[in-house]
Amino acid sequence: MSGSCTTKPTPPQTHGAPFWLLAELTYRCPLQCPYCSNPKDFAGYTNRELTTDQWISVFEQARKLGAVQLGFSGGEPLVRQDLSKLISAARGMGYYTNLITSGVGLNETKIESFKKAGLDHIQVSFQASDESVNNMLAGSHKAFQQKLAMAKEVKANGYPMVLNFVTHRHNIDKIDRIIELCIELQADYVELATCQYYGWAFENRQSLMPTKAQLERAEAITNQYREKLIQEKNPMKLIFVTPDYYEERPKACMNGWGQIFLTVAPDGQALPCHSARMLPIEYPNVLDHSLEYIWNESPGFNKFRGYSWMKEPCASCDEKEKDFGGCRCQAYMLTGEAENTDPVCAKSPEHKQIIAARNEAELPVQNKFIYRNERNSKDYVTENNLLIATDSSLDE
Amino acid sequence: MIDQIPALETLFRFQWEEAQQAYVLLYPEGMVKLNGPAGEVLSMVDGQRTTQEIIHLLNEKYPDAGGVDNDVMEFMKEAQSQHWIRWIES
Repeated sequence: MSGSCTTKPTPPQTHGAPFWLLAELTYRCPLQCPYCSNPKDFAGYTNRELTTDQWISVFEQARKLGAVQLGFSGGEPLVRQDLSKLISAARGMGYYTNLITSGVGLNETKIESFKKAGLDHIQVSFQASDESVNNMLAGSHKAFQQKLAMAKEVKANGYPMVLNFVTHRHNIDKIDRIIELCIELQADYVELATCQYYGWAFENRQSLMPTKAQLERAEAITNQYREKLIQEKNPMKLIFVTPDYYEERPKACMNGWGQIFLTVAPDGQALPCHSARMLPIEYPNVLDHSLEYIWNESPGFNKFRGYSWMKEPCASCDEKEKDFGGCRCQAYMLTGEAENTDPVCAKSPEHKQIIAARNEAELPVQNKFIYRNERNSKDYVTENNLLIATDSSLDE
Repeated sequence: MIDQIPALETLFRFQWEEAQQAYVLLYPEGMVKLNGPAGEVLSMVDGQRTTQEIIHLLNEKYPDAGGVDNDVMEFMKEAQSQHWIRWIES
């Protein structure tokens, strides 16, 4: 290439294209799961949702940047009356469209009309295999029967089906029942995902986290089922996600900050991941900036790209290119600074907090669940507002 | 296999992806980027042509390749083991 002349210097490659676009259409939801990934103070944003046209513009811009997978999420995306229109627009642009739903609010007519609009896939989330546990966790009495009926309907309409079970200390011992249920429902993929302790789940951590023994047993049973499925030539795939609290090295969270993932929150705030709203970072909003600027140029998305932001022990660690120092949100929640090493790492001076959480998981449940609902969320909004008020009075 | 008709499994969607400059297989929350030859073969899979017809068409399209017969057969085996395609009749 020597001697060639380019019109402008090419900056070093720091990130790829936003392969995944997660459209959080709304924070409204009929369920109250105590491990919800939405921000705790979502009640402060519920009256500001992007319009149909604003969403379609976001989809167009992201597609041009190379986005392929589009997830319609929330809250519960079904509460948006324009969902069919959004699906149809996105499918027309060539996206693979995923609807991520609790199944509550779904019916045969909607499933058929989404299919006509070009929806590729519906993921139904379950809280447990057992009706009473499911309903306790979802904070709803009718949820389980509705989910079962809708899962059957999804399959009958020829969609690929991914079932998502969030596992925790209350349901993980019934993992065999969970897998049997998925076989019965003819799922294509099953995600057995242990809670990740962010947002509401962080508040409820002690009441959710399984013990090490529970986890090992569940993984062993999952492996037995994997062999059984292969023997029976059943193509159903089991994906088992362990909680990082039982690891000694952190996860390569989101494949690195601002690498392949782009979340747009209901009010248009663009985020490098759906949990990142909790960080004290000023993120760009799609109402103020183009996605091209947001993804490539904005300070929020560039904040933790590359390695120069790292502190010790990450900065000189020979594993930093494997895990990028772990999760920024977890570092912030547990140490108060997002630049610190994720405490899941045994090299972190704060790893002791992870060990303490493991020990707490051995104890009986200490507290009642704090359910994810508008009323509880308002407590967090108030708390934030008070903090802001205190800060500004100090400035004066 | 040679007289059979391959069809794309319903779990997958096949399309040209401009940003990747490649054919891709899309499935729930994921994507397989196909190399040039694999993309060419799958683009001929329409649930109507037999493997034999696909080989014939590709040999016509690429006369200098010296016969793609074995490559196509290998790919079909692989595609079936990955559950990308199924055989619909003989």
